[in-house]
Amino acid sequence: MAKITLENLAHSYMPFPKSDADFALKEINHVWDDGGAYALLGPSGCGKTTLLNIISGLLVPSKGNILFNEQNVTQLQPQHRDIAQVFQFPVIYDTMTVAENLAFPLVNRKVAKSEIDQRVSEMLEILELGSKANSKARGLTADEKQKISLGRGLVRHDVNAILFDEPLTVIDPHMKWQLRTKLKELHRQFEHTMIYVTHDQTEALTFADKVVVMYEGEVVQIGTPEELFDEPAHTFVGYFIGSPGMNVLTADLQKNQAKLGSHVIELGKSYPDLDGTIELGIRPEFVSLGNDPLGVPVQVTAVEDIGRYKIVRTQLEGQALDAVIPEGQSVPAEPRAILDKSRINIYRDSHLVREGV
Amino acid sequence: MSTTSLTSGMRTTRGANFKWLVPTLYIIFLLLPIYWLVNMSFKTNQEILSTFSLFPEAPTLANYAVILTDPSWYNGYINSMIYVVLNTVITILVALPAAYAFSRYRFLGDKHLFFWLLTNRMAPPAVFALPFFQLYSAFGLIDTHIAVALAHCLFNVPLAVWILEGFMSGVPKEIDETAYIDGYSFPRFFVKIFMPLTASGIGVAAFFCFMFSWVELLLARTLTVTDAKPITATMTRTVSASGLDWGVLAAAGVLTIIPGALVIYFVRNYIAKGFALGRV
Amino acid sequence: MEKTFNNKAWFLVLPVFFLVAISAIIPLMTVVNYSVQDTFGNNQFFWAGTEWFREVLHSSRFYDALLKNLAFSAIILLIQIPLGISIALTMPKKGIWVPVCLVLMALPLLIPWNVVGTIWQVFGRADIGLLGYTLANLGIDYNYANNAVDAWITIIVMDVWHWTSLVVLLSYAGLVSIPEAYYQAARIDGASRWKVFRYIQLPKMNRVLLIAVLLRFMDSFMVYTEPFVLTGGGPGNSTTFLSIDLVKMAIGQFDLGPAAAMSIIYFLIVLLVSWAFYTVMTNYDADAPEKGVQD
Repeated sequence: MAKITLENLAHSYMPFPKSDADFALKEINHVWDDGGAYALLGPSGCGKTTLLNIISGLLVPSKGNILFNEQNVTQLQPQHRDIAQVFQFPVIYDTMTVAENLAFPLVNRKVAKSEIDQRVSEMLEILELGSKANSKARGLTADEKQKISLGRGLVRHDVNAILFDEPLTVIDPHMKWQLRTKLKELHRQFEHTMIYVTHDQTEALTFADKVVVMYEGEVVQIGTPEELFDEPAHTFVGYFIGSPGMNVLTADLQKNQAKLGSHVIELGKSYPDLDGTIELGIRPEFVSLGNDPLGVPVQVTAVEDIGRYKIVRTQLEGQALDAVIPEGQSVPAEPRAILDKSRINIYRDSHLVREGV
Repeated sequence: MSTTSLTSGMRTTRGANFKWLVPTLYIIFLLLPIYWLVNMSFKTNQEILSTFSLFPEAPTLANYAVILTDPSWYNGYINSMIYVVLNTVITILVALPAAYAFSRYRFLGDKHLFFWLLTNRMAPPAVFALPFFQLYSAFGLIDTHIAVALAHCLFNVPLAVWILEGFMSGVPKEIDETAYIDGYSFPRFFVKIFMPLTASGIGVAAFFCFMFSWVELLLARTLTVTDAKPITATMTRTVSASGLDWGVLAAAGVLTIIPGALVIYFVRNYIAKGFALGRV
Repeated sequence: MEKTFNNKAWFLVLPVFFLVAISAIIPLMTVVNYSVQDTFGNNQFFWAGTEWFREVLHSSRFYDALLKNLAFSAIILLIQIPLGISIALTMPKKGIWVPVCLVLMALPLLIPWNVVGTIWQVFGRADIGLLGYTLANLGIDYNYANNAVDAWITIIVMDVWHWTSLVVLLSYAGLVSIPEAYYQAARIDGASRWKVFRYIQLPKMNRVLLIAVLLRFMDSFMVYTEPFVLTGGGPGNSTTFLSIDLVKMAIGQFDLGPAAAMSIIYFLIVLLVSWAFYTVMTNYDADAPEKGVQD
């Protein structure tokens, strides 16, 4: 088990990258704590698989170093890194039995026979595959196969980290939930460092203690699920996390007031003068609709009833503003929107402005 | 940086650097005899028999001129082309609906029929040479292109059905059902929607028909006398009759390689999948 | 794929059925007919029963040729299958060299079979052939026209030259269909090069390799044109394979009865062995699970 440090790491698939845009993974500095459960979240093509493959050693980065504890492993082959990786599609050795599949990484590492037997039977029990130990692996269902892929990583006690590359893509929805619970359980039991790549926010938020959000090859925020929800460091994080995503409106900033067209919104704190594009971000959960004359007038364009709550889509001076209201509450004929000022975030060029005056 | 990482990294790159050697040696082995044939085709018979040289000392096109001006030679190419194309067209036309049936439906005796078809691919042409001669004599078809084209159907039709069935099974059945719901009749659906979807399979099947019809000698020779005599038969007869004009023989051989080479070039991107008969 | 039961599908199969039936069943009946009759010429035939079959099955000439065929097929498979696999393994998987390799390797497959014979006939001659001349200059006594061993070696090398590419292309097709994740997982599991081959590449090539074995067995067992052109069955009878003997008997000597009986036995042997391969293949298909997501 190990702490994993990324030092000025960057990667380009081109031999001679010229501009920033040529990098699939832009420069990143980060420490993954020993025993942590991390999720790497982002849309397809944001560089998360690239980062994962660099950690496991399948890719050598163009720039920077990667350290396991204090050892530099940047040039080390994956088999020498003591890393386990579970792929998007289950990888099993068709011609072997379930037990032989699980034993494979141990046999390759010349672990003693008795030790192998003991660990394989232990793993069969954990994965609840005991009854199929001696059947050929190719006859199994997709989720059983994925369990084997997972087991081949866990059966090695010495792994520095276990990496998951969207491992539940091909699994049925009800099995997804079971497997994810199993993963959490295994994490508690073995305390391996786990890094879990996904583009599904529910998966990320339920699995991880800390979520790393990536966007266009860049890490835009690292934080607990609460931090990502309350203080998105980038407008992308605001959009991407939460359902519906955060409202982002262009605004003019004057100290502790934001002007949205002809309307003025009070802010929780005062800001210095800033250049660049200024945007105001607020989650729909903190927008309330009513008749309060202090609110700003909005036009309702649609109401979506989700069950426990309603999403009200409105327009504020031509900009979209969503609000989430409880199920029983009705929408007034000429509603006015109140934005909870303690929950408003200000963004300059898409990045969160943390420093008030 | 640890030393193990450095050495193992270098080992893999060094190993990869020598990998090209095997296919390269193999390709050289394949090309040497062909090179020798081409080399000979540009020499005079005298040069071939008197001196041994890796390149023609006095390159000549005389051998090719002989073939391209003598009707008994160039008609051989035309005849071969005619029956090969005929065979390919007939084979694909009958194999398409059959392959569709095998890929989509179960029906009485389907498995037996399929196996019986395949057995014909296993029939040694030597077994069929004489009976074919008698069969086509009875219909007065001896020495016609259609006779050879039909005879080659014996082994090409089973193969085409097999290849097409493999490719068609890869097309989801939902496509058929959607088309029928949209009001397509079967023939229109088949031509407008299904055939474009299996175009690469049809190409591969046609390639194989061309190949096996083009390379076959025994049946083609048995069923023809003069009017439809293929180039392959012309070559064997000329060798025995005219006292071995090596230069002309080599030129004729080179000219039989060219159509095949052209066909391969056109299907080069489908070769790998094609040779797996769509079953990978 | 789930198939529906529908006997109307027979209408789609009818054209193939009639076409193949006419060119397969009628000639086959003719052969059967000859095999049980005798003739003195003039189209007068009389019943001969199983006489020809007994004659063929008791003739050393038949067993001699059969043995040669079996030996030839065995040698061919033993050389071409491993060689083809190793070439496929070392071929580039992407880049501009892929089509170059594929086109050059496929070339011998599209050369008319008698031209293949001619090419090697010329290539091996000591007076005008590159191979024969080089060997002679190296002091190696080589003459495929006089020496039975040399004739066999030449025919085998010729067949390797002609057909190994088929195995290469089939294996290659199987190899490129393996998803990259399998190789990555194997690296992480610490598998050696040999284990990657044994547990990933070989199982994934299984299906195409069976096709390769089947095609190579059938075609090598039916070999006729190439050795006929190269050696004409000689020297002596050393390269007289079943099909060469058969054509000699039927068309050369017009011994229709024995030739027909031999044809049938020959065909049955090919069928029997091919059926064995076919059973293995379809069993393998039935054994495999529903086409998994990773395919």
